[in-house]
Amino acid sequence: MTTVLLGSISRLVTVTVDGRELRVPEGATILDVLREQGVETPTLCWAPNLTPINACRVCMVEVEGSRVLVPSCARKVDDGMVVRTDTEKVRHSRRMVLELLASSVDMDQASEDVQRWMVEYGVEPGRYGPPAPPEDDRAGHRVGHHHAPDGSTAANVAQPVKVDNDLYVRDYARCILCYKCVKACGTDAQFTFAISAAGRGFDAHIATEYDGELPDSACVYCGNCIGVCPTGALKSVREHELREAGDWRPEKETVTTTICSFCGVGCNLELHVQQGSIVNVTSPSDHSVTHGHLCIKGRFGFQHVQNLPEA
Amino acid sequence: MFGAGGGTSAYVEAEDADLLVLWGSNARETHPIFFHHVLQGLKKGARMWSVDPRRTSTAQWADGWLGLDVGTDVALANAIGREIIHAGLVNEVFVERSTTGFEDYRATVEPYTLARAQEITGVDAGLIRDLAHAYARADRAQICWTLGITEHHNAADNVFALINLALLTGHVGRYGSGLVPLRGQNNVQGGGDMGAIPAKLPGGYDLGDETARARYERAWGVPISPKPGMHLSEIFEAMDTGTLRALYCIGENPAESEANAAHARHLLEGLDHLVVQDIFRTATAELADVVLPAAADWCEYEGTVTNSERRVQRVRKAIDPPGSARPDTHIICGVAERMGHAWGEPTAEQVWDELRSLSQNWHAGMSYARLDALGGIQWPCPTEDHPGTPTLHTRLWAEEPEDRGRPAPFMPVEHAAPLDVLSEEFPIRLTTVRILDAYNSGVQSGGYSSPMRRRESLRMDAEDGARLGIADGERVRVVSRRGAVEAPVAFDPSLRPGLASFTPHFSEEVDINVLTNDAWDPKSGTSEFKATAIRIERIGSEKI
Repeated sequence: MTTVLLGSISRLVTVTVDGRELRVPEGATILDVLREQGVETPTLCWAPNLTPINACRVCMVEVEGSRVLVPSCARKVDDGMVVRTDTEKVRHSRRMVLELLASSVDMDQASEDVQRWMVEYGVEPGRYGPPAPPEDDRAGHRVGHHHAPDGSTAANVAQPVKVDNDLYVRDYARCILCYKCVKACGTDAQFTFAISAAGRGFDAHIATEYDGELPDSACVYCGNCIGVCPTGALKSVREHELREAGDWRPEKETVTTTICSFCGVGCNLELHVQQGSIVNVTSPSDHSVTHGHLCIKGRFGFQHVQNLPEA
Repeated sequence: MFGAGGGTSAYVEAEDADLLVLWGSNARETHPIFFHHVLQGLKKGARMWSVDPRRTSTAQWADGWLGLDVGTDVALANAIGREIIHAGLVNEVFVERSTTGFEDYRATVEPYTLARAQEITGVDAGLIRDLAHAYARADRAQICWTLGITEHHNAADNVFALINLALLTGHVGRYGSGLVPLRGQNNVQGGGDMGAIPAKLPGGYDLGDETARARYERAWGVPISPKPGMHLSEIFEAMDTGTLRALYCIGENPAESEANAAHARHLLEGLDHLVVQDIFRTATAELADVVLPAAADWCEYEGTVTNSERRVQRVRKAIDPPGSARPDTHIICGVAERMGHAWGEPTAEQVWDELRSLSQNWHAGMSYARLDALGGIQWPCPTEDHPGTPTLHTRLWAEEPEDRGRPAPFMPVEHAAPLDVLSEEFPIRLTTVRILDAYNSGVQSGGYSSPMRRRESLRMDAEDGARLGIADGERVRVVSRRGAVEAPVAFDPSLRPGLASFTPHFSEEVDINVLTNDAWDPKSGTSEFKATAIRIERIGSEKI
């Protein structure tokens, strides 16, 4: 039997962030350092429980000696690295990313942080013109069959909400293609591979195989895609219906952490309660049991405590 | 195991193991979030073997699948042990320093040649050899199991057979190596730890431990009988013989979950007095004289539960209990008060702190404040500055004999076929299986609408169907020595000729425990749910 060293030996390297010299662990990403230092950095496709995806390009920073901006979420620190986060180039890039996304995608339900960043970076999505009308069958676009827009309207992904099962909806008019759901469904957590990106260019979209309905796909309804979605494109049917009915009350929501009532794994559940009812279930991404991911029973199986007989 | 009833390893260790053996466990569906850790291990290059009569969704991730016949686990494990010994792959230093009884074990497994094991289990001898070598040669290997090991008439022997393999190879007490029983309910571990095992006191002390018992007697001001009480199977036997006439049933639905359910219901109906305390009006509650509506403690009250890695975690109140439902502890204290004992209405934390004052080795260091701050703590945690114990039994690897403590004993066991034998009259083996989106007798999971839900069917092999002239979807009559049910058939490629399955989740559709065998393991009290002999009849035809 040999002794095997698990993990790496951590040594410190020196980096300079916005003029401050710091000693940080080798192997950390620039974003790790920025978060540790309290330097707010917008992210959309990054999550603490997923491997860096590198899709959204909103966390870009300047690194001395680098020809282009680098994604802070994925780039690891090097000894002697000089990072700048608050330059005109960085601010302009972040503004453009947020603006182009907001002009083509409905960002209304993105988190408060995202809304605040859009204000802070001076995002004006309206300057690309009025939004083009919604399309019923964006998935039906065929490669090479679309035409360049005439510039009178802003191209966008507006389309009807897909409601094809009792547990969650897919509202792809809100999808920014951050790929978090694909990673959570795939090798970062669930290994079910029910969804992936289909189509090319502006027609690229998240889809089940052959763009089928969820019940015909490999989906096992763990909802880990919902858990990581940053824009409300994926949400529970309950939340969707409450929002449609005008009964969604996030300002009155309480969140209580408890343990799932099903099998013996002991997953931490965050019960989101509005007006006395559980409306959503999530799990803390920093807990060693779940890393924020659940199964169908944990995420959706709470209803037995609120199926009450008519009073 | 070795004096502590709990899994030896933290979940994260599965991510760093070289080899994972899932034995009688379809964790992909029954412990999905534990399986996430397994999958991360596979991503890093670990090998995984599945030992299961069915080619389950777990087996689909395995490098090797050993599809043994139901109830032949001991023969398989003994053959693996013998092969490890004969191949010279025993961890001799570990066996010498940290175990006892090796010679007896060697003698017991000697007759279990690969050829004999193939004959008993139906598994190819070469595959058995491969698993034996892979397990013994791995740096860090775990055996994880579930009800496929424990719902047999020889459940404890099955577990011993697996523990023996870990002792033989030193795959226990080290990070990444271990023995991992995955618990079926969110507090099976905690219930046992709190003394809901007839021969145990809270905190894992044996009832026969004079010192511990005296401490509990002093704290509670009552004498405690050193004689163990009855476990569930004995309770039902005592109901049968008429020595037990009243039952107080908390959070359990035996009218549907007991094996040989028709008989169990008959016994429940014959009681002088039945009290059911539950969050649902279950089939058992329908038979009760008194029903005490309970709060769902996991979201309507406070407390702790303990998971399969011995992690004690807090449950908290998020919503109000409905109507007149009350927390279990409040109901029990109320009953005590009517009996003349003023226990007041202690908070969950007060109850826990009393436990901590008595469970000195396991729980003493686990204040609510620490449980909150640390996201749960794994026992043993004897003091408030103790970090908890992710990996159990590391003492077995200590250099100094006094640090190693009592060596771990080999427990040699023999193969014993299922009691419900296959015969000409009952030629097909029925086993019970669980599926991802449902849970146990279905009282909880029936409350939500799963898009994957299908009607409950007798799952069987298409070849058997063809042989019996049964079409996919046809309704059949399933007969065992104890009873009969009707159900539609669904052909299932995870099964093979001679093997059929039901889930226990939908008893309102198919009351499957009418069929199962209530013969139970004298060492653990578990009924033989996994091995029922049945025949399948076309409806309308007298016999096949």
